[in-house]
Amino acid sequence: MARRELRAEAGRLGLLVGAVGIGVAALVAVNSFTENLQDSVRQQARALLGADLAVSSRAPFSATVEAVLDSIPVVASARVTNFPAMAYVPRTAGTRLVQASAVAGPFPFYGEIKTTPASAWRELQDGRRVVVDPVLLTALNARVGDTLALGAGRFLVTGTLTNLPGDVGVRAAFGPRIFIPATYLEETRLLGFGAQAERQAFFKLRPGASAEALAGRLRPELRPDHVRVRTVAEDRQDLNDLLTRLSRYLGLVALIALLLGGIGVGSAVLVFVRRKLETIAVLRCLGATARQVFAVYLTQAAVLGLAGSAAGALLGVLVQQALPSLLRGLLPVDVQAAIAPREILLGIGLGTWTALVFALLPLLAVRRVSPLAAIRRPYENAPTDRDPWRWPAAVVLAASVVALAALEVGSWRTGAIFSAGIGFALGTLWLAAWLLVRAVRRWFPARWPYVWRQGLANLFRPANQTVAVVLALGFGAFLLSTLFLVQHNLLRGLETSGGPRRPNLVLLDIQTDQAEAVARELQARGLPEYGPVPIVPMRIISIKGTPVTQLFADSAATVPGIRRRRRDAGGGGGEPSNTWALRREYRSTYRDTVVASERVVAGTWTGSAPAGATAGEPVSISVEQDLAGELGVTVGDEIVWDVQGVAIPSRVTSLREVEWARFEPNFFVVFAKGRLEQAPQTLVALTRIDDAAVRGKFQRELVERYANLTTIDLALIQEQVERLVGRVTLAIRFMAAFSLAVGALVLVGAIATTRLQRLRESVLLRTLGATRRQILRIALAEYLALGLLSSLTAVVLAAGAGWGLAKWFFDGRFWLPVAPLAALVAAVVGLTVVVGLWTTREAVRRPPLEVLRV
Amino acid sequence: MLECESLGRTYLSGGRELTVLKDISFRVEPGGFVAVVGPSGSGKTTLLGLLAGLDRPTTGRVRLDGDDLGRLDEDALARLRGEKVGFVFQSFQLIPTLTARENVQVPLELRGDGAGSVADELLARVGLAERGHHYPAQLSGGEQQRVALARAFSNRPKILFADEPTGNLDATTGAGIIDLMVELNRDLGTTLVLVTHDLDLAGRARRTIRLADGRVVGDSAS
Repeated sequence: MARRELRAEAGRLGLLVGAVGIGVAALVAVNSFTENLQDSVRQQARALLGADLAVSSRAPFSATVEAVLDSIPVVASARVTNFPAMAYVPRTAGTRLVQASAVAGPFPFYGEIKTTPASAWRELQDGRRVVVDPVLLTALNARVGDTLALGAGRFLVTGTLTNLPGDVGVRAAFGPRIFIPATYLEETRLLGFGAQAERQAFFKLRPGASAEALAGRLRPELRPDHVRVRTVAEDRQDLNDLLTRLSRYLGLVALIALLLGGIGVGSAVLVFVRRKLETIAVLRCLGATARQVFAVYLTQAAVLGLAGSAAGALLGVLVQQALPSLLRGLLPVDVQAAIAPREILLGIGLGTWTALVFALLPLLAVRRVSPLAAIRRPYENAPTDRDPWRWPAAVVLAASVVALAALEVGSWRTGAIFSAGIGFALGTLWLAAWLLVRAVRRWFPARWPYVWRQGLANLFRPANQTVAVVLALGFGAFLLSTLFLVQHNLLRGLETSGGPRRPNLVLLDIQTDQAEAVARELQARGLPEYGPVPIVPMRIISIKGTPVTQLFADSAATVPGIRRRRRDAGGGGGEPSNTWALRREYRSTYRDTVVASERVVAGTWTGSAPAGATAGEPVSISVEQDLAGELGVTVGDEIVWDVQGVAIPSRVTSLREVEWARFEPNFFVVFAKGRLEQAPQTLVALTRIDDAAVRGKFQRELVERYANLTTIDLALIQEQVERLVGRVTLAIRFMAAFSLAVGALVLVGAIATTRLQRLRESVLLRTLGATRRQILRIALAEYLALGLLSSLTAVVLAAGAGWGLAKWFFDGRFWLPVAPLAALVAAVVGLTVVVGLWTTREAVRRPPLEVLRV
Repeated sequence: MLECESLGRTYLSGGRELTVLKDISFRVEPGGFVAVVGPSGSGKTTLLGLLAGLDRPTTGRVRLDGDDLGRLDEDALARLRGEKVGFVFQSFQLIPTLTARENVQVPLELRGDGAGSVADELLARVGLAERGHHYPAQLSGGEQQRVALARAFSNRPKILFADEPTGNLDATTGAGIIDLMVELNRDLGTTLVLVTHDLDLAGRARRTIRLADGRVVGDSAS
């Protein structure tokens, strides 16, 4: 029976199949692509380290360390020695501080160091060659083919670096990177006694070997030698926050696409049932029970849902396959479109289920069709509201939405909150529609021209479409604008931590008497100046009265140098002892304000020393919380500093959390104003120059004029991060566009629900003498009102939802972009009117008799 | 008033041509009352549609009050209907979302004069003065047809087309509707074209045109 019915209706249910299909296509494409994206970012995270496992040390590896390293089950290994050096090009007489790396072995194992020409990296080991950062050539006024002197060594510049994966460490900022073969490292004679160099060893592990487990085993063995162990998982730490947010977001996008598809099914079934009323009535007259009729149409919905889902899954796979090639030109790294069978099956299953569940409520009306309708066509809708089965159906629908949300976001709680939000949105839309109907009836504009009155009157007349369209249209618009708001806020959040107006050039070691001149240099070029910030070098003499020498007396070896700044440093149990924190030279600053990249987490911020305080009284300092943990100090403790031979006592009055990821001058220790002003200090200033060549030229000019000045170009690091963020952003936008397409289809579906009734009316009006213009204007008035009410209610709801999501779900701040939202309202209203007029068009074009005779 | 010449209408049905009307020619004088009769499927309703400009003929032409319908576009036809033509259908064809009074008012509103008094007068005349605020679904079949009749006369048409106006009504109610039509025809001088298969009903017209298989087989005054 269901099959026979279906055959008769084939082709007329395109909307139903289309809505399910596109919903499932979105789901399959989004989920599969999310999986691909996560895979490729995971791979990229590996490229950041360049290996599965890396160890590094400030001192040459001892025999014991080498023995431990030999025990690692590797496929391949490589050694890199990093050291700062002055590079010199004899032809141009240019000199520059660089970060040199001497490479031995097939580094990197993951990712690719790209050079121009492309062969330069591959052939690096073939002789006395050097591959350099292009900024260095600009800075030195040199070119490929020049000879570069490094200490006593002479190297031929064979190429420039265009992409250096893994080069996101702060270390990379201390000068342009250059790479030489390790074979000729000795010739430079730069690594003599006391030279600062970092030895790194990189390992590609045997398949199946766990880098984390290995790192856990190696750490205690290597700790006495102060060898640091890094794994991909740890380096991925910073990316993880971002990734978690993104995968959740993409999950929501997919869910919204599917729900939009579900609404499409709902409205398609509604139309279907209306068209089928007489058939059903006849079936009932012929003896079919309500249950039989219901089963016939529910089976139909399931079969169509399955067919639509299967077609949608296929489309989804096609879209997903097309994605990487579509984005290849824009993405530096390929996203491999691997077929995800789990996502495909899940998509078909969920699509069919969604079709069934959303079809259930409108299909209930089928059970209530009286056989009488075969004789007398009722103008009123079938009275579904007293159907007791409505409640179980609604519960099933609600439970399904909760389950879907929980499945996508991976949390029952979030799924429930999401669904409650949807329920609230629907309730509000219903209320808005109800209020509109009441308001139009109460304050009916009796003096308006007929067509407008007729159009507005259609909003509250019997069997009106107001509630149905406002619910469907409004909900679609609500989902879309929420999507837009969340996306806007996520991207905005990324921009503040990495927007285009960040400084990209650090000017270090500015002497106090040069500060004004440097500021003038920047001003003359119209460049922004961030800072200058004073830097006072100092060391710790004693903590809480105990001399620092006594504190690390039990630790024989010391680890000089710079520790990589990590946000999670305080929690890591595998870190070496705190001797570095006690021994290191601190570059501290003094100021009276808290800057944007830090937050006081304990104590109270004290900006300046009290007036009239004596020199012997401790000055207030604020310590970064992780450092405080390592030094074993907290608020109230005293630290005495050696500032260029002068002992300065201090008291910790606050602890700060510092966002090291921001490219701003951040400090472990900040002094209150009033004590360090006279201490020997240098200044650091930041600026931004977009053009790499101009940036190089500016650095050269500055260094020529102020020989003591050091410049640090942050562009390389920034570009790496920006590239990653930009790639992900594009993926989000693409997915959102996909949901928008589903949304448009649902709008058509929502308006189509009352198309038949409108058609008859319009034709009748034409028979009675209405011109096309009049018919179209009546439709315009009605759809304009519907569109406006739906979209405005939707946007208000979306603003609330977006705010809530930003606050509780994504832990971000919330901005309300007024102009884009106004554009969205205009677009929804425009679309409603266009679709409304489009459906009216048929009534205007066809001769009246054709419709009247039906 | 109404004149048709060699009128023909062919439909495409299932890929085959189906001739519904063939070579129909007649004239109706102003104020006349003509009944078009014939068995089911003889082409009565099709003919009415062509005469009223609701459909376009395959061959031939129709002149209504001096206008050649074939030369008018859809909007001009609509205006012509609004000004000169009234309709009564077998299935009433009231707009379900408008009240009785609003339904009667529609043709006037479309023309731009929305005087409510005309609607009230007409409703009173068909005996529904008290039912103006009711929706069609709240009215009986006979009441609905009376509203339709009031609507048909609201624009003071020169010609009224009625397609089986009593087809959905019992004999007594149907007779009442016809009485009303005759009365209005007499009082307002409106030309009446009545399509029916009911020969008793047709007997009340002053002239009867018989259709069979899409052709005129008889034309007689009564």
